[in-house]
Amino acid sequence: MKMLMKGTEAIAEAAIRVGCRLYFGYPITPQSELPEYMSRRMPQVKGMFLQSESEVATVNMVYGAACTGSRVMTSTSSPGFSLMMEGISYMAGAELPAVFINVMRGGPGLGDIQPAQSDYFQATKGGGHGDYKMIVLAPHTLQEAANIMGDAFDLAFKYRMIVTILVDGMIGQMMEPIELPEWKNIEEFKIPDWALTGTQGRKPRKITSFDIDPYELEEMNLRYQATYKKVIENEIKYEEINTQNADIIVVAYGTMARIVKTVIEMAKHDGVNVGLFRPITLWPFPYDKLSNLSEHVKNILTVEMSYGQMIEDVKLAVSGKANTPFYGRSAGVVPTPVEVLEAIKKIVRR
Amino acid sequence: MANVDKIVAQMPKSLSGKEFSYCPGCHHGIVHRLIAEVIDELGIAGKTLMVAPVGCSVFAYEFFDLDGTVAAHGRAPAVATGMKRALPDRIVFTYQGDGDLASIGAAEIVHAANRGENITTIFINNAVYGMTGGQMAPTTLIGQKTTTSPYGRNAKDNGYPIKMSEMLSTLDGSAYIERVMVTTPQNVLKAKSAIKKAFEVQIKGLGFSMIEVLSTCPTNWGMTPIESMKWLEENMAKAFPLGVFVDKSKGVI
Repeated sequence: MKMLMKGTEAIAEAAIRVGCRLYFGYPITPQSELPEYMSRRMPQVKGMFLQSESEVATVNMVYGAACTGSRVMTSTSSPGFSLMMEGISYMAGAELPAVFINVMRGGPGLGDIQPAQSDYFQATKGGGHGDYKMIVLAPHTLQEAANIMGDAFDLAFKYRMIVTILVDGMIGQMMEPIELPEWKNIEEFKIPDWALTGTQGRKPRKITSFDIDPYELEEMNLRYQATYKKVIENEIKYEEINTQNADIIVVAYGTMARIVKTVIEMAKHDGVNVGLFRPITLWPFPYDKLSNLSEHVKNILTVEMSYGQMIEDVKLAVSGKANTPFYGRSAGVVPTPVEVLEAIKKIVRR
Repeated sequence: MANVDKIVAQMPKSLSGKEFSYCPGCHHGIVHRLIAEVIDELGIAGKTLMVAPVGCSVFAYEFFDLDGTVAAHGRAPAVATGMKRALPDRIVFTYQGDGDLASIGAAEIVHAANRGENITTIFINNAVYGMTGGQMAPTTLIGQKTTTSPYGRNAKDNGYPIKMSEMLSTLDGSAYIERVMVTTPQNVLKAKSAIKKAFEVQIKGLGFSMIEVLSTCPTNWGMTPIESMKWLEENMAKAFPLGVFVDKSKGVI
């Protein structure tokens, strides 16, 4: 049965259905409905909701809960995500699984509260200190966001990594009818063999992102890198629409990809065949597939709600085999389909 | 080996046996032992999780034979909160120094206490940043020379030594807060009974408990261990009076 839900609430309910019973968070627009929903819902499912004193505290509460091997999540928006970077780096070093939601808004600084995609670098290239990665998923509809929650927790535990779901204020605030995921039986989740649960009947376990000996720390880092390599080999996801025989391929993710889907139809009336390449995993980025596509098309246009972030990955993938123009607006301004179409036509008719 | 009739002293089971990394005359070792003895006596080793800080005691998680982690600087109360909320029937404690707890982690400790988070904090106050080489701490005494207050701390520029136990005792979530020192055998016994009380408060689910231990740092104070004990008793114990600041265990424990 489909239900009409707001994006933040759909994400929250989906997370509960796939087994999340621990939520820590701090209010920030445009995602405050998510903690509000969790505060109502968690007590009903014997879960735990805690409003922390700051995002700095939140991420460390998530760290503590993740140490116990439990499914835990938090959500925030851009300035709050910045505050979480310290803890995210520590969690990456301690190899702790958790799901983070960043409902991006205009920046930098306090910015505004409208949709943007300007935290791409922060999510995919680091943000915190050290050589670490998180898995970054970018759903473009509420249905996809709800569907992806189960994958997010599964990936987090499979690789002992943070999975960040990177959406924007549009996906956070819009309403759509969606089919919620099936309920998972939390009794079936196994307690991982690394979890801190007390030493009863076994040797002590230690979880840290720390080793004062550089050679030991190097070993830890090589282990992280080996994990990241496996993720790159196995978990890349993307969607392709109309990329064969396209006059131009547009690369876009999240809300922007959704807008481009509208543009594809509009462009047909103007006789322009537009293809869409939509990365679903922003990290790992689908370099190889995009590289292949770039051999058969003259222009690969990147469209983002930023002043050019994902385009750096697009350029790496294309590697000079096609032109790589860019169109973007940010700061909370969402490009309209007409604007994107005009940008496409200018390039195609050049 | 001679027959043993009666063991009068031995290494507590909850210590790992790993050699401490602390300087001679430092009080961390004494406090570690007291915590381990208390955990042994309460029989809670199998269900206790510990959170070490950043600072000299960053290795504390290795010195205890317990499940443990190291938090980011100052964030131990938040990490402990996450653990306790996930596993409410476990015993969770943080071990923090004065830079960690009273400076960078001031927000986390205040809100953990204010929530009445059912965790225990052992707070080592030696009035100085030890690990980084003796810089001024929020608890550094007026006039005290450190590597970042070479002319002595003056209130005009640096404010005053912060009294965390007094401050946290104003919060309704605090269930047991006591300040102790470990300068004499008698004081060590008092400190142990305070630490035991704090863990018992957690076991009973009464709320936040913290024991502040005034401690020496001979290395960074530039004194011998004996001199530093004397300096602690004559100076620190005046700025930070010993005593019980909150006790909500009456009639329960």
